[in-house]
Amino acid sequence: MNVHGTAHKVGDHIDTDAIIPARFLVTTDTRELGANCMEGLEAGWVKRVKENDVMVGGENFGCGSSREHAPIAILGAGIPVVIAKSFARIFYRNGFNMGLVLLEIGDDVSKFSDGDDIEVDTASGVIRNLTTGVTVQAAPVPPFMQEILNAGGLVEYARKKLA
Amino acid sequence: MGRTLAEKILQKHTDQEVAGPGQIVQCRVSVVLANDITAPLAIKAFKAMGAKKVFDQEKVALVCDHFTPNKDIDSAEQVKVVRDFAEAMGVTHYYECGEVGVEHALLPEKGIVGPGDVVIGADSHTCTYGGLGAFATGMGSTDVGAAMALGETWFKVPPTIRVNLTGVPGPFVGAKDFVLNQIGRLGVAGALYKALEYGGEVVDAMSIEGRMTIANMAIEAGGKVGLFPVDGKTMEYARAAGYKGGEPMTADADAEYERVLDIDVTGMQPQVACPHLPDNVKPVDETAGLKIHQAVIGSCTNGRIEDMREAAAVLKGRKVNPKVRCIILPATPSIWKQCMREGLMEIFMDSGCIVGPPTCGPCLGGHMGILAGGERAISTTNRNFKGRMGSLQSEVFLSNPAVAAASAVAGEIINPAKL
Repeated sequence: MNVHGTAHKVGDHIDTDAIIPARFLVTTDTRELGANCMEGLEAGWVKRVKENDVMVGGENFGCGSSREHAPIAILGAGIPVVIAKSFARIFYRNGFNMGLVLLEIGDDVSKFSDGDDIEVDTASGVIRNLTTGVTVQAAPVPPFMQEILNAGGLVEYARKKLA
Repeated sequence: MGRTLAEKILQKHTDQEVAGPGQIVQCRVSVVLANDITAPLAIKAFKAMGAKKVFDQEKVALVCDHFTPNKDIDSAEQVKVVRDFAEAMGVTHYYECGEVGVEHALLPEKGIVGPGDVVIGADSHTCTYGGLGAFATGMGSTDVGAAMALGETWFKVPPTIRVNLTGVPGPFVGAKDFVLNQIGRLGVAGALYKALEYGGEVVDAMSIEGRMTIANMAIEAGGKVGLFPVDGKTMEYARAAGYKGGEPMTADADAEYERVLDIDVTGMQPQVACPHLPDNVKPVDETAGLKIHQAVIGSCTNGRIEDMREAAAVLKGRKVNPKVRCIILPATPSIWKQCMREGLMEIFMDSGCIVGPPTCGPCLGGHMGILAGGERAISTTNRNFKGRMGSLQSEVFLSNPAVAAASAVAGEIINPAKL
């Protein structure tokens, strides 16, 4: 998948209460959750997002609660990819299960600024900053998680095991 | 090579040979749980997987504790989804009405989880059961939905940080202070993807309730699990709760640790985590004098009987400041009853506290104690993220129950020793 859009940069330790505050957890609907994405960081944050934009996070992105509503809210906002210095454990696993692409790039995250024009090849993990001309290679997806992705995600993986 | 507690427990639940950190293992799960927020998504995934029945009706726990008693129509609809599913699947451990408690206080108390178990829950504080020596960790709803159907899940074997607690704690200092201090040292990402394992003379002397308070906050350092050895106290607690399995278990003396952290608790002050991250930890005296509007005493971190006793000891014969809402939520019905038996309820009511039903409510800004802009709370809960308890312009300070109770009386954050 090729994703081309604007970078929306956020800080370190973005927690899942920032991504989707608890008061919105009374639905499982992707669009409804997406409409309130990052509402715990800044009211009305999501208004800046266009379809296929990219979130750029710092260290430990997605820390805190296990709510799967967090990756769903990001997807529902129209953001298919999150690039970060590092991800919190539960969020990382949830992202994969939900089909949100998560690319870990360590300190290279400093090469992306808010508003940069970004192109991501999710298969190879190559991220191009078209504003600055810099290209970054993300760490590969762990092999076992790649197997789940190849099976079509955890739902499909489990469906095959149950069949 | 010796094994850590994490490796020992995982080995009991897999047919693979556990070789060490980084390895992926498929494990049988002892118990799978979800709550009223996360179960609806897990049920959605479960159905999408084509699953027709849960792997074991006795080993799935569904606890509607977050927005209950249902705060609005939407949350009532969510609970209805969970209730209908529990009934259709014949789930034994479904809790909603008068028997419901905060899940991580309720399951150990009912003997549903115990030493040596592998537990996964669609709730990040599932790690609480590490206090009983269970490898217990939070996951998302889809992973939990899959485990409800398959009875197994995958884990990456974590490296372990060993935390040794030594020394003699002073008055008003206990488990919550030790774990806040440790999170302050490690940082909120300091144990990312790792197991925390506890030992030392302070642990040996500590109650199971205290151990659960510490294990509960493993996730606040990014940890996968917070594990305690299984000793005589654990077995006694588990047996009294009606749990059948389990046996004493310690890490091997030659287990390999990624890091060893020694914390001498002698002379430690009560600790307070300041906004807006749990690692922003200071001795209470450095936060003293900050005016508060609300105090919350309860939650899966500090809503157990020992916590209630600690708060009551401070509140006895004193009055809560009239400008402070002091909300006390015993975490389960049996803790509630125990509070009545011991006369704690009378102390709470006489001092001007609001005593509510068991619920996660205010901890996550759900209901029953939400903060307005510009308000400040001291709370025995586990997270102080921006907006966690309400307005984005509110503040949450985390502390032990004695500090929260003393601050409610003083109207400002205070060291209980100076009340």
